[in-house]
Amino acid sequence: MNKFNLLNINFGRAAIYFILFLFAFIYLAPLYVMFTTSLKDIEEIRSGNLMALPIDPTLYAWKKAWASACTGSECKGLAPYFWNSVRIVFPAVIISTILGAFNGYALAKWKFKGSEFLFGALLFGCFIPFQVILLPMAKLLGALGLANTVTGLVLVHVIYGIAFTTLFFRNYYVGIPTELVKAAKLDGASFLKIFRHIFIPLSTPIFVVTIIWQFTQIWNDFLFGVVYSGSGTQPITVALNNLVNTSVGGKEYNVDMAAAIIAALPTLIVYIIAGKYFVRGLTAGAVKG
Amino acid sequence: MLNFLEKNLPKIVLAPTTIAMIVCMYGFIVWTGLLSLTKSRMMPQWDFVGLDQYVRLFKNPRWDVAVDNLFIFLILFIVIALVLGLLLAIFLDQKIRVEGAIRTIYLYPMAISFIVTGTAWKWILNPGLGIEKLMNDWGFVGFEFRWLVEQDMAIYCIVIAAIWQSSGFVMALFLAGLRGVDDNLTKAAKMDGASTVRLYWHIILPLMRPVFFSAIVILTHIAIKSFDLVQALTGGGPGYASDLPANFMYTYTFNRSQIGIGAASAMIMLFGVLAVLIPYLYSELREKD
Repeated sequence: MNKFNLLNINFGRAAIYFILFLFAFIYLAPLYVMFTTSLKDIEEIRSGNLMALPIDPTLYAWKKAWASACTGSECKGLAPYFWNSVRIVFPAVIISTILGAFNGYALAKWKFKGSEFLFGALLFGCFIPFQVILLPMAKLLGALGLANTVTGLVLVHVIYGIAFTTLFFRNYYVGIPTELVKAAKLDGASFLKIFRHIFIPLSTPIFVVTIIWQFTQIWNDFLFGVVYSGSGTQPITVALNNLVNTSVGGKEYNVDMAAAIIAALPTLIVYIIAGKYFVRGLTAGAVKG
Repeated sequence: MLNFLEKNLPKIVLAPTTIAMIVCMYGFIVWTGLLSLTKSRMMPQWDFVGLDQYVRLFKNPRWDVAVDNLFIFLILFIVIALVLGLLLAIFLDQKIRVEGAIRTIYLYPMAISFIVTGTAWKWILNPGLGIEKLMNDWGFVGFEFRWLVEQDMAIYCIVIAAIWQSSGFVMALFLAGLRGVDDNLTKAAKMDGASTVRLYWHIILPLMRPVFFSAIVILTHIAIKSFDLVQALTGGGPGYASDLPANFMYTYTFNRSQIGIGAASAMIMLFGVLAVLIPYLYSELREKD
């Protein structure tokens, strides 16, 4: 290899690094802008620009976003809605994950006539645009007395999450050798025993993937939240949108940005600590998009 | 009795999910489909009028705008996200030192809700104090960027934000695909003296066919369902210039009490998804057999 060639290769690698870092910068820029804006006061926002560092950082916007900003007619900040989201997310994630585990186990290892068809029909349900079920679901919730309640939202998230959690577990359990099940059956072990003693101990990774996926999906949901919640039961995404679109006495971009970060924080934290599982869920769950 | 229970346990376990699926997915789709054939306005009522609502829908200029926007959004979003995702994946696959960190940065927007993304970009792209001011401060005097408030350009703001959010995910899909390519293949090609560009163009890209395929399906699915991003970034405005079908459906069903038209628009969205999905599922299932 002559000198010229070597130089060429190094130049090529430098260019690759340059492009990769450039894009890292582009992806990070909005987060940087959000964060710095949230620490500025309105004066500084007007006089400075997006990329300028805050000269005199203040937590005013964070306090206001959390506790006193107006989200429509109420002015209690995002705090109550943050807890609404928590109250929706936890039961919905737990129930849909457990149901998915049982369903996936039954569909993968206890096939019966029609079970493949059932799986296909369920899988198909992952793809439907939710617009087609919005109105009848609203009627059903009304009939059940669950309109505008946290329980109602939990129910909706469970129903439309199951298809997905089932798919996750089914695809994972298919990979566990059927011989294990057959041998256990010969020993007289039952459906539940086999699940408890053979499958559950092997399931930690898929539980993590499913829980993270469901957590992200439900925390970030806006459509169900905006349609099925009433005043006082809105999840945080809906409250954030209301906060941004309520301008009592001038636009406070710093408060908007602090509020947006508060809404994004839980899923961001999950992503940072469990990124590997998050990515696995994304690619496995890619079918849902 | 106990024996019967034990024998049918897999079916019993799947029963709640099956019922929920039949009622809340397929039943509701039929319900919405039937509703779209009635003259319902504020409340559902069952006077069937054939395809009247669809005729009214297609004559509605606002629906026209929404569909046109969807095509603009769909094409730009998919093409740019694919090209960007693929290039970044190829660059990142060159034994980069800080690959893990860069990957984490590219993918974090995927953990954030579209409402947060919309809120952030609404601030960044706002005409007075956003990117326009930044450019002016950096010395590009007279630089104008008012897309967010321009009828013809608002939809492109949505494209920008959506690409920022989803291109990292496309990168992850391609990176996984590239990692699956047999090393011997690339070595053999290099031995034959193929240049890097030729290697990628003639050998590796054709191998990425399935990744292209699933990425396109996922991105299409995201695009057709996009509702939150529009709601948060432009609110469909100015006027209704940046509406997508999902926003049209929401407005007509829940704000305008035109549930017949709303149902018809939801059905069209469903058909749109099916038109992309059926060929995809068909080829997927055929490959597996």
